[in-house]
Amino acid sequence: MFPFTYTKAADTRAAVAAGQRGGRFIAGGTTLVDLMRETVERPDTVVDISGLPLGEITTTRSGGVRIGALVRMSDAAADRRVRNTFPVISQALELSASAQLRNMATIGGNIMQRTRCTYFRDVSAACNKRAPGSGCAALEGFNRSHAILGGSSQCVATHPSDVAVAFAALEASVHLLGPDGERGVPFTEFLLRPGNTPEREHALRPGELITAVEIPAHPRPLRSGYLKVRDRQSYEFALTSAAVALHLGGGVVRAAKVAAGGVGTVPWKLTAVEQRLLGERPSDRLWTAAAAVAADDAEPLAHNEFKVELLKRTVERQLRVVGGTR
Amino acid sequence: MNGERRTVTVDNRTSLLDLVREHFGLTGTKKGCDAGACGACTVLVDGHRVNGCLTLAVRLDGAEVITIEGLSRDELHPLQQAFIDQDAFQCGFCTPGQIMSGVGCIRERHTGSASEIREWMSGNICRCGCYVKIVKAVQQAAKGR
Repeated sequence: MFPFTYTKAADTRAAVAAGQRGGRFIAGGTTLVDLMRETVERPDTVVDISGLPLGEITTTRSGGVRIGALVRMSDAAADRRVRNTFPVISQALELSASAQLRNMATIGGNIMQRTRCTYFRDVSAACNKRAPGSGCAALEGFNRSHAILGGSSQCVATHPSDVAVAFAALEASVHLLGPDGERGVPFTEFLLRPGNTPEREHALRPGELITAVEIPAHPRPLRSGYLKVRDRQSYEFALTSAAVALHLGGGVVRAAKVAAGGVGTVPWKLTAVEQRLLGERPSDRLWTAAAAVAADDAEPLAHNEFKVELLKRTVERQLRVVGGTR
Repeated sequence: MNGERRTVTVDNRTSLLDLVREHFGLTGTKKGCDAGACGACTVLVDGHRVNGCLTLAVRLDGAEVITIEGLSRDELHPLQQAFIDQDAFQCGFCTPGQIMSGVGCIRERHTGSASEIREWMSGNICRCGCYVKIVKAVQQAAKGR
């Protein structure tokens, strides 16, 4: 680990100012400390934001839920409002990492976590995300776990978060505080596809601090859930995953919110699947037909062709789990 | 630290794991992967189980840390006894982390079934493969709670 200066932010304004000077925020630290030890991350200054008052979960006036950036994954998952309103969020969180890591890691840090691409984590490998212009070892390398959606000739690394998939499905927004005040960014615009600048992973401006993630109100009753498919049953990143939320009324699907994980360079909103579901009568045939378009834009690599079919089956199964067998 | 107030000056790169092992001489907590993947370094911070290897020691000003050495004073903690009763280890390297994690698991009340325990103990890897008996040990200690 390279030497760094450690400071504690006394308040959010001080944090933003320290961020503007190039300080890296640390909350749970589960990604940052790990990557600093691997020398992938080499911050000059680490700014501890864990003392800031961003640890609240509140119900918004419109009936949505606002989760403070510093709420621990374990606390967010266990929160009664989150569990009752959006089970997909609790499930995504509890299928993430381990109990120990969930006790440490925060919601803001979770969506900011870096990719688990082995070439990104190995400082001796070519990686455009870590060292822009150095190439991408994954394109011709062992790319079984990599993205089939949203990749570029520069980078095919997946975003590893589970809860981010639920946030994308539910059309959450990210609340930010910066030098120019507060602003909100739609979740699906917060995380960036690699394109020609894979080192740019999010919409944060210099100094900006995530203060909360807000999930808007959805029509009720809303059924939702998260399915994660992986190489081992627990404590593993997704090969594929699906976050599904459905509102059924009058015998048809009135609202459908669907996103996939493990397959995209960012959490992948499945708009085509949602469109296919709207206004249709729930049936096994519908779930199959809607899931069939889940991987239409997929561009598999040498070792992850299997994800195309696996993604469709993952979405189909979770549509059936949430929507019911008929 | 295990009920005692400790003040130290350390390099700010020092992990909680290295703090307890190298500075306090408490070598019960083990370094397996040093990357948050194995759980051998599990300790309790303010009552919650965490990975010592991913915790910077400088962030623990005022925190209460419990390691395997501080789990119990005179007699064995019920979960330590349960690991012996159930023969829940072979080489023993992961055991302190398993026990600290098990204490957290029991406190969090995730011991409703064997499968629930397996899921909520999945952050602790045992390369000897004592999982079946580890689950039994956690069940035994949870019963006496």
